[in-house]
Amino acid sequence: MKTAAISLPLLLLLSGCGGVQSALDAHGQTAILLKSLIIFVVATCFVVWIIVMLVLIWSLMRRRDGQAADDRSLHRRITIAVSGAVAATALIISGLTIASFYTTRGLDPARDPDMTIRVRAQQWWWQFIYEDADPAQSFHTANEIHIPVGKAVRVRLESSDVIHSFWVPSLAGKQDLIPGRENVLTLRAERPGVYRGQCAEFCGLQHSHMALFVIAEDEESYRQWASAQRKEGLQPREPEIVAGKALFMARQCAACHTIRGTEASGTTGPDLTHIGSRHTIAAGLLENTRGSLAAWIADPQTLKPGNNMPIVPLSADELRQISAYMDSLK
Amino acid sequence: MSSTVSGPTFSGPIFSRKAFRLLAIAGLFVVALAVAATVGLLRQPRQYRVDPPVSAALEGLRLMPNGIAGSPPEVYFALGQPYEETAYDLNQGKRLYSWFGCASCHGDGEGGAGPSFLDGWWLYGPSMVSIAASIRDGRPHGMPAFRHKMTIDEIWQLAGYVKAIGAYSAKLTAPSRSDDRQTRPAENRAPAAILFDQGSAPVRRPKQGPSP
Repeated sequence: MKTAAISLPLLLLLSGCGGVQSALDAHGQTAILLKSLIIFVVATCFVVWIIVMLVLIWSLMRRRDGQAADDRSLHRRITIAVSGAVAATALIISGLTIASFYTTRGLDPARDPDMTIRVRAQQWWWQFIYEDADPAQSFHTANEIHIPVGKAVRVRLESSDVIHSFWVPSLAGKQDLIPGRENVLTLRAERPGVYRGQCAEFCGLQHSHMALFVIAEDEESYRQWASAQRKEGLQPREPEIVAGKALFMARQCAACHTIRGTEASGTTGPDLTHIGSRHTIAAGLLENTRGSLAAWIADPQTLKPGNNMPIVPLSADELRQISAYMDSLK
Repeated sequence: MSSTVSGPTFSGPIFSRKAFRLLAIAGLFVVALAVAATVGLLRQPRQYRVDPPVSAALEGLRLMPNGIAGSPPEVYFALGQPYEETAYDLNQGKRLYSWFGCASCHGDGEGGAGPSFLDGWWLYGPSMVSIAASIRDGRPHGMPAFRHKMTIDEIWQLAGYVKAIGAYSAKLTAPSRSDDRQTRPAENRAPAAILFDQGSAPVRRPKQGPSP
């Protein structure tokens, strides 16, 4: 029991070093560079700290002999010690500066990326636009992107309201999204996996509920996913889902959300063409199940106060039908 | 150590009596502020969704037979008339105003295809019940009903905001500032004379609403 009580906090501390979102669990090209820089700086500072502590302990323990040393030799020794310390400090700091300079130079965006994704950050969700030379091939999604492993993905960062920051610690460093300006970041996952990211610049009430997921997978699965995303929303057959679709179009849902292949073409809210295929809803707030979809539609303001989705008055049956329709949009 | 150290002696009190009094007053002020903030918070806890019985009661708009004016449901007074008075509700109203596209007919209050909220003339009277009823049930000549699009408390919030746009008197509470360019005075202004100087606005669209 006692060991458990001690080890639990330790385990919690350690859990910060791994998992889906950690700069120390690096799986992207630039994240690996940054991790080596972090480790180099921390190790250097650790060595310096140990040396300083040893010198301090030594000077505290040293016995003072009664007679004062003669002034001249004392002065000389102090001069040597102080100038040595100053020189070492300058040397270490310039070493760290040079290491930092050369590491961050490697973070420059790739010149010839394999693909481009445009990100528009909004309060409080991420809009992703997969761009393609052929406009018919480009598509929108929200809060979740898939990328092929080993490919350089250029991410064009824009914001439509306030300053946000795009940060997927396991894959790359932070980059701000600034209204009226475009920043660029390159993502390159070296290993398949699910990597969590989040907004890293305080952007308002729900800043902490503005997460995104990057799913890195092999080329083949990525291509399958992308072609599935390009398709239009499924045409429902079950009566419950058909009713849900009719409600979606009749109520104000369609004024803000797009479902390709239907008359819903609003652009204020996330594209819902394939919402059923995403892992989470509301920017990582809830796991994507039919129940949580219903909970969200029933009362978005209590779940994520301040967000831009109003409560839609729905009866219990209508709520069930709409959430069934959402769930069916795989 | 020589014993000739000169300087202040520390036998007396550290603070003079006057400084102590000043400090006490400042401390009291801080405490009073903290108490005021706490009381303010307690007075108006944020509720994102009204309880079902309250929202059912808020539906009870008792309009006069001609659809102009009337009395709000009792629960509106029991709640303390929040939709006209609290900054949160006014601000929600402002968000609803843009979300539901009110501006496409009413502009930023100056009107357009629909009547203005700034000219001091209300086709169906300036009371909250009338405005809420206009939003909920619609009005002839183009105002759609929002009964199935908004919950009743949203309708009250929006009505409160619409009323605040063309308020006849200054308010202590206000919704948040507009991010867009200002096209009219802020909602909590004292009545801007210039808006009302033209007299009780001419009825430019005689087809709209009952004539005065």
